[in-house]
Amino acid sequence: MGAETAQGAPWSEQVRVWRTQLDSRFPQVDKVFEACLLDASAHLSAEGVSAYLEQARWLGKMGRGAEPVLAFLEEWPSIAGIVGESALPDIAATLRALWKSPNAKAITPFLQNLAAVARRLPAREALQHYLDLTRELMERSSNSIHGIHKTFASVALPEFFAQGPTLLKNLSIDGLRGWVDYGLRNYPSHPERQRAYFSLQSADSRAVMQRERHGTLLVDNERRLQLYLRGLWQDDALLLPYAAGFAPTEKRQPHYDAQGIHLPDVFDDAAGVAGIDRYRVMLAHIAAHRRWSRPMIADNFSPMQRLAIETFEDSRVDTLILRIYPGLRRYFLALHPVPREDACDQQQVSGFRHRLAMLSRALLDDHHPYRDELLIEFVRFFREIMAAGDSSSDEIAALALRYVARGRRQSDQLATVFFTDTEIDYRDDNRHLWLFHELSDEEEMFSQPRPTVATELDRLPPRHYPEWDYQTQSYRPDWVSLYESLHPSGDGADIDRLLAKHALLARRLKRMLDLLRPQERERIRYREDGSELDLDIAVRSLIDFKSGATPDQRINMSHRHNGRNLAVTLLLDLSQSLAEKVAVGGGEQSILELSQEAVSLLAWSVDQLGDPFAIAGFHSDSRHEVRYLHLKGFGESWGEAVKGRLAAMQAAYSTRMGAAIRHAALSLRARKAEKKLLLILTDGQPSDVDVTDERLLIEDAHKAVEENERQGLFTYCISLDRDADAYVGDIFGTRYTVIDNIERLPERLPALFMALTR
Amino acid sequence: MEKESIVLCDREQFRVLEEPFYQQQSNEVTLYEAAYAARLPVMVKGPTGCGKSRFVEFMAWRLGRPLITVACNEDMTASDLVGRYLLEANGTRWLDGPLTTAARIGAICYLDEVVEARQDTVVVIHSLTDHRRTLPIDKKGELLRVHPDFQLVISYNPGYQSLMKDLKQSTKQRFIAFDFDYPDMALERAVLQGESGVDETLAEQLVSLGVAVRRLKGHGLDEGVSTRLLVYAATLIKGGVAPRDACRMALVRPITDDRDIRDTLDHAIDAIFA
Ligand SMILES: Nc1ncnc2c1ncn2[C@@H]1O[C@H](COP(=O)(O)OP(=O)(O)OP(=O)(O)O)[C@@H](O)[C@H]1O
Ligand SMILES: [Mg+2]
Repeated sequence: MGAETAQGAPWSEQVRVWRTQLDSRFPQVDKVFEACLLDASAHLSAEGVSAYLEQARWLGKMGRGAEPVLAFLEEWPSIAGIVGESALPDIAATLRALWKSPNAKAITPFLQNLAAVARRLPAREALQHYLDLTRELMERSSNSIHGIHKTFASVALPEFFAQGPTLLKNLSIDGLRGWVDYGLRNYPSHPERQRAYFSLQSADSRAVMQRERHGTLLVDNERRLQLYLRGLWQDDALLLPYAAGFAPTEKRQPHYDAQGIHLPDVFDDAAGVAGIDRYRVMLAHIAAHRRWSRPMIADNFSPMQRLAIETFEDSRVDTLILRIYPGLRRYFLALHPVPREDACDQQQVSGFRHRLAMLSRALLDDHHPYRDELLIEFVRFFREIMAAGDSSSDEIAALALRYVARGRRQSDQLATVFFTDTEIDYRDDNRHLWLFHELSDEEEMFSQPRPTVATELDRLPPRHYPEWDYQTQSYRPDWVSLYESLHPSGDGADIDRLLAKHALLARRLKRMLDLLRPQERERIRYREDGSELDLDIAVRSLIDFKSGATPDQRINMSHRHNGRNLAVTLLLDLSQSLAEKVAVGGGEQSILELSQEAVSLLAWSVDQLGDPFAIAGFHSDSRHEVRYLHLKGFGESWGEAVKGRLAAMQAAYSTRMGAAIRHAALSLRARKAEKKLLLILTDGQPSDVDVTDERLLIEDAHKAVEENERQGLFTYCISLDRDADAYVGDIFGTRYTVIDNIERLPERLPALFMALTR
Repeated sequence: MEKESIVLCDREQFRVLEEPFYQQQSNEVTLYEAAYAARLPVMVKGPTGCGKSRFVEFMAWRLGRPLITVACNEDMTASDLVGRYLLEANGTRWLDGPLTTAARIGAICYLDEVVEARQDTVVVIHSLTDHRRTLPIDKKGELLRVHPDFQLVISYNPGYQSLMKDLKQSTKQRFIAFDFDYPDMALERAVLQGESGVDETLAEQLVSLGVAVRRLKGHGLDEGVSTRLLVYAATLIKGGVAPRDACRMALVRPITDDRDIRDTLDHAIDAIFA
């Protein structure tokens, strides 16, 4: 080799000098030494190389075999390339600390992963934080096991080093500190648990990492995105997060299916597009598929053809999006890669994906840089088709097939596919586009185990209610049998516990309640006729009059008894669906439990106001069996008995709403109040086991609401069903609220009540 | 004789002189004419700013009747509608209230947002709106037989989600009702163009924004955005304000303080106005 060093000595000579300087007899070192030094002299100054060898020599002498030396020799030049060679003393200090502790074994993993870590933390300051954190972890995890001082090595440390790159891919250095801290605090003296935590194996370890992540989290923005989807796309699909950062091996893409739209749980900003906007653009693309794409039989096409059809179809729906929302173009342009036309050697690798990605870019971007004639021709075809209207999945598929036929190349069959710049950030995996013949989509039908009918032996005879048959526009007389009973009791202390959880909220509510609370007698001034003369005003008027101005004649005042003359019944849908769980904060809670909290808070609030208030629940198991359960009577005050019943609330059976409304109205109507309010809390549409026509019970419930209206009852629905828009208006007209964010029910229910009765 | 001339001049003063621009939504004009022919009291229901007042104004013009509008509020008393004695240096003088004036001169009396008035105020209209067609003026000891051309119209926004503010059944059931809603997209576009003179593209963009907003009703928005606000936005844009600013100012800020909704609507504006 003819290369020369700065000193002018020939390369081989120099290597020999360096080798002596290293002063190490490990044979493994010989194999890599020259390559490492070549690397080092590219990245390091002459002094840097000296320090490098000095540090390596020290590692070789520390009596831990060849591995640490090798790791350092191989890694340091590239680490120095990232953070600068001046970082060496700090790293050396960490190495010494590890060596002095029982953790010398961890030196190798520390070094092996340091380059990847440094790539995530290119700022010296951030790297220093990492080194400090390493020291802290070392000290806190290796000293106190079974009270024996610093005898055992930390099991956490090597795992931590190994996971470092993954962790830092997802966490900022502060997030990493939070994660480490959690592990140390919760497993201070439990090696196995520590190992599970620091190797990212345990569930809580992943959960904490999730919590500490950087970027835009789906969970934090769910409502916003749901509003986006509804407002701009009239789409109510559920948004479901999947873990994006953990396992790069099982790469997952956004998609949608019967459950909803699956999106990555977190998005960083990319290409100048904020995380939230990446979500929106992705949702736009998916919503557009849902609006405009129709599935095709996959078996009819080759994989290449399918890929081409997907690309053309993606471009078609994007084009349609931009017609309505042209402002999204800049996001599309920013997020869509611009593959270099000459990037892929079509002799060596399959360039089909690459060509499609370029085509896709060109279909989006009028100012694309491509020259390829076929591409330009098909861009023109595409434009012509789209100029005629929305086109269709089938028509665009035909164009895609023509493209495949015309553009086929020998090399497309090669096993290695050129992937660079062919993945389009905001697009889903298009699984919705394909139907597979050979796959039978027979799904096992698990029928929900139905709870056994708890037959109360000595119950009251049923009451019969009519039901409205919209088909014939007539009532079916005495159609429904409704059994009324007192709700069984549980432990009232459970409710107190739930309430305690909301102490803060209760305090806030209390302030609002004070404003609503009726003042006994309210003075109304400025009356022409009233019960008393308002002296202030009278004198002022007289002065006006005497001085020739027009006097105010409203010189009286009267008093009004500002009683809230209001009776309220809260009717709870206790059907099976209430048992479903929803995500709340970090964990899960059933809708039932949230309802219990909300109802308790409401009952407490109304009690403060002194409005007569009754609570009842209902569920049904065919028209022969609608159960109406009293939880609180008008006469009862908010106390142990009521709490006990609330605590025992259970979810079961179906929702035959009409009969329950009619029954609730009966007792409410009997109240002597000026205003009567029937509040209905439900999480789904009316339904029952013996009814197949969905409309029937909706129409019947609507009829019951109309009956109420005529009798001066105000009926209002609070729905927890995010899809309620499809039917809730048909039942309640404009008198309803949908609470999408069920988690906030305890707060929203009392607030809603107050707003309604203000 | 003198009194007669006052009535005449009053009548002129309340006449709708120029044809108001009104974009018909369906056959409401014909129906209203029929209602008027029978002198039936009319209630126009609908969300705020959807064209209720404009419709009544237009009908008054079309039927050639004077129009007296009263914006109702909580502090309004029966005297504010019927009339009162004024104190003067040499005694007192009676002054008709707007409702009485309308009943005397045969005008259309439009009580706007009648739910805002207290119930005990609203009852004065009861005798006017049934077969009696009279208005007792207690203080003056007069029982006014109303002019044959008189008609009472009330407007009412059922979106008010408070049961404390609802009309009594006995009041409601004296009126025939017109149900208004925000016009469909094509009509609303025509309204925007007619009212503000913006071009079709812009009108269409504003309307599609309006549609997006209205879809959020019940999910954090109590009401969708009104046609009135869309007209405001169009007018601002016509006056040279950038569409984004105009929309934020006229369509988003007035209707919500909810951060998520604001943010979503701001994005919608950016998406629609490239
Ligand atoms: N059909 C229409 N034709 C013409 N203009 C309309 C129409 N509908 C709405 N507008 C426009 O909307 C504005 C608001 O309408 P209007 O004042 O009649 O609303 P409203 O229903 O009376 O509202 P509110 O209940 O708040 O009083 C009008 O000034 C007009 O610019
Ligand atoms: Mg109006």
